[in-house]
Amino acid sequence: MVDADALASVGAVSQARVATEQVLQWLDEVMDPEVPVVSVVGLGIVREVVWQYGPDATPQLQIVVTPTYSGCPATEVIAAAIRHKLASHGVAPVEVRTRLSPAWTTDWMSAEAREALRAYGIAPPVERAPDADGRQVIDIGALLDPSRRAAVPCPLCRSTKTRLLSQFGSTACKALYQCNSCLEPFDYFKPH
Amino acid sequence: MDPKLETLLRLGDNALVLSQQLGAWCGHGPALEEDLALTNVGLDLLGQARLWLSYAGEVEGQGRDEDALAYLRDGGAYRNLLLVEQPNGHYGDTIMRQFLFDAWHQHLLAALATSADPRIAEIAQKASKEVRYHLQRSAHLVVALGDGTAESHERMQVSLERLWPFTQEWFESDPVDAACALQGLAPAADSLSEPWHASVAAVLARATLQMPDYTGHQRGGRQGVHSEHLGHLLAELQSVPRAYPGARW
Repeated sequence: MVDADALASVGAVSQARVATEQVLQWLDEVMDPEVPVVSVVGLGIVREVVWQYGPDATPQLQIVVTPTYSGCPATEVIAAAIRHKLASHGVAPVEVRTRLSPAWTTDWMSAEAREALRAYGIAPPVERAPDADGRQVIDIGALLDPSRRAAVPCPLCRSTKTRLLSQFGSTACKALYQCNSCLEPFDYFKPH
Repeated sequence: MDPKLETLLRLGDNALVLSQQLGAWCGHGPALEEDLALTNVGLDLLGQARLWLSYAGEVEGQGRDEDALAYLRDGGAYRNLLLVEQPNGHYGDTIMRQFLFDAWHQHLLAALATSADPRIAEIAQKASKEVRYHLQRSAHLVVALGDGTAESHERMQVSLERLWPFTQEWFESDPVDAACALQGLAPAADSLSEPWHASVAAVLARATLQMPDYTGHQRGGRQGVHSEHLGHLLAELQSVPRAYPGARW
């Protein structure tokens, strides 16, 4: 991986201001390391792209990202991938800032990202986040009632005859399901 | 002692100690799905511990970061609840401990999500969403095992009785809780008692388990007086930074 700061120091990089729309287009090519078919923009973790000015009026690009889950090990990899991508387009150094609030929710995932997940074999969230802002006290009795659980269609055969195996799959953001029709197990991106 | 700092240490230490306990199951779970789930829950808790302890370090203002607080404090400086340091035991013990904690944790975080301190509120909002799934899972397993075979039912009832005395210190208000509640930083400790007992009762009823009715209990974790188990856990957790001070990954 090319080190962005090293690129800047050899003068290979221009600090001319690039339109933020252009920056977002480039970031749309930075894939989530755990789910390599969805970009960090499509996932909704890039919250803000803004040019800032230092005391000597030098412009610096700031990217604000929000973590998906508190312990997500991909967070640091994503920040490095963002810097690397922008450096390859001549924008460096870039400040990548983390912002916790408002908390990331799957409601921010784009329609394209959802379709890409399905095509990749991961069922996208079928409902809105049950508690997007994290303030609800949950009614655990009701949550244990399987009849109140939304049907998750199998991403392979589209059958809705599926069952929950575990609330945690290959990563914290996914649950493990199995299709009763085609019998394939699959990951479900949990509404969060 | 700054009550806000104490509260942040309590929050961070609960998450850190329980995360370390769950990590010990990695590669030893009774089924692959269980192994994955426990370590994912542990990972969430580790992330939450980092957020709380980083903020604790800033509030303290002595230059200690999350690592210094996690790796270089002795047991007496830890502020976690006694429950989370109780041994993993058999799988049912681990699940029961997790459920009792998750049910309290979720009520606590939902209340902290409206803290007068915006940083506490934002960490709590993020954590609360995660704990929602922890609780869903642990409650589901308590029902599956409690209302399972005669053997699993019996073992879950024994786990519940053994762990119950460690659950009641959570609801006792001490000067730290009182000061934080007064400033609107955190809910009053006793305010969580009724909702917690109601959540637990709902799940235990489905699990055909009997809620213990005795009231005698252990206390001291939040004030730094721990059971014999914490020292062993910290010896493992802190061994590398203690043996190689200042080592970097």
